[in-house]
Amino acid sequence: MTGTPLLVVDDIEVVYQQAILALRGLSLSVDAGQAVTLLGANGAGKSTALKAVSNLLRAERGRVTRGRVLFEGQDIGRLDTADLVEAGVIQVLEGRHCFPQLTVEENLISGAVSRRLRGRALRAALDRVYDLFPRLVPKRGINAGYTSGGEQQMLAIGRALMARPRLIALDEPSMGLAPLVVEEIFDILHRLRDEEGISLLIAEQNAAVALRHADHAYIVENGRAVVDGPAADIAARPDVRDLYFGLSASSERTPHAPGAPVLTESP
Amino acid sequence: MDFLLEVLVGGLLSGVMYSLVAIGFVLIYKTSGVLNFAQGAQLLFAALTFVSLVEREVPFVAALAITLGAMVVIGLAIERFVLRPLVNQPPITLFMATLGLSYVIEGASQLLWGAQVHGLDLGIDDAPIEAAGIFISQFDLFAAGIAGAMVLALVLFFRKTRTGLAFRAVADDQVAALSVGIRLPRVWVAVWIAAGVVALVSGLLWGARLGVQFSLSLVVLKALPVLVLGGFDSVAGAIVGGLLIGAAEKLAEVYIGPLFGGGIEGWFAYVAALAFLLVRPSGLFGQKLVERV
Repeated sequence: MTGTPLLVVDDIEVVYQQAILALRGLSLSVDAGQAVTLLGANGAGKSTALKAVSNLLRAERGRVTRGRVLFEGQDIGRLDTADLVEAGVIQVLEGRHCFPQLTVEENLISGAVSRRLRGRALRAALDRVYDLFPRLVPKRGINAGYTSGGEQQMLAIGRALMARPRLIALDEPSMGLAPLVVEEIFDILHRLRDEEGISLLIAEQNAAVALRHADHAYIVENGRAVVDGPAADIAARPDVRDLYFGLSASSERTPHAPGAPVLTESP
Repeated sequence: MDFLLEVLVGGLLSGVMYSLVAIGFVLIYKTSGVLNFAQGAQLLFAALTFVSLVEREVPFVAALAITLGAMVVIGLAIERFVLRPLVNQPPITLFMATLGLSYVIEGASQLLWGAQVHGLDLGIDDAPIEAAGIFISQFDLFAAGIAGAMVLALVLFFRKTRTGLAFRAVADDQVAALSVGIRLPRVWVAVWIAAGVVALVSGLLWGARLGVQFSLSLVVLKALPVLVLGGFDSVAGAIVGGLLIGAAEKLAEVYIGPLFGGGIEGWFAYVAALAFLLVRPSGLFGQKLVERV
């Protein structure tokens, strides 16, 4: 872990349809080979932050109106999503978004379209994914729409891997999955980080799992990152435990004024 | 019995021509969610360009190549100047854009080639040949053969090539295709060019049948009941729907027509489509959403 930031999000503001302010000055950074998680409630801006990184905002008529996103020191704000995938940044969308009418293998191949692989190179790339996700092997000829939720999540991650990314942004990889499957998926993400040095930026509502597997965590509220720190430290904070685990050490919590930040900057 | 068979075969063969036009719609609808109203104008433009070139003593093959080139250029221009600025707009906006586009293309072809009616001779006799005791139009057989070859080529393209895979991915889930780095504009260009080629082929076949004139752009209206029947997003549906409409139309004309004093061929397809809508709104082969519960 060199400590050079691979990705820097610098004070960005995002507006949807020229009217809805979704992010108001969010900053974060991801080091090479680091797993970073974004925690926060629904609508806090986690997904928007990921889409700003992977340049998927335009598809939802959103725009970065202030600030910059740097990948390896380069401003990537003006790149196409496809250029960005070639540069090494890819997103695994919330809700998996596999191609339901394509077979599992075709889904994987679609992830390599940008690399123009064929023949043996394509086979090798596929085998690498099948090694990581052996559960996909018996399903390779089946339409992705007929596989289970866990398999679809694996497929979505595998499809992203086919593009040989250096940073994967994952939006709610645990959504709707059984706890055991969630563990399986996070274990694989762990392996990707350790064995292949792929950096991860994971937006999660399942704070317990995310904090256990991440190196660093940000808590997003009202379009800003209000608190950040090593995942273990964040997990130990009583106010975070209160809010995100529902296991309160001190069952009494001071009520806060509406609109005011729930968490405050650590002293 | 022979007579029934003859009507049926004649209907199926003319249905192939409907399928061909319908496929042009399906290609674009599947990938970009737009009902391309300009399909008819493209078809007219292709037929008119071809026939005008041939009348100016350009050899058949060269005229075909030049027209093909023109359809490719039109496809590129539509993507660049109409679709790209309107990307992520609601479907109705895109539909209106293609409606406007159809007038532009029709106007341009009139400006370029004039408004006369042209006869188009592809060198195929429309004389009937006898097979197994029934008479079949040679031209219909030829048209069916061409349409069949066209469909086969499209199917191979979608199943076997990387662009074909990208096309199916975009048709399945645009956002996901975007997220894995598929370049949507390239897929759209490919699709509009493919639709242009389909328009060329169907324009020539229909032009040879009806004469090349401005009402040729109205044959696309016949594709609508085919699409309702087959589903807007299924190539197979377009084929089966075309065959069904073709056959139903001819059979109705012969057997039900006399009850109305004849002449029902022109509107029977629409009534059939209307009735069908009540029963199966997504068509015979329309995408049944694969969904887990």
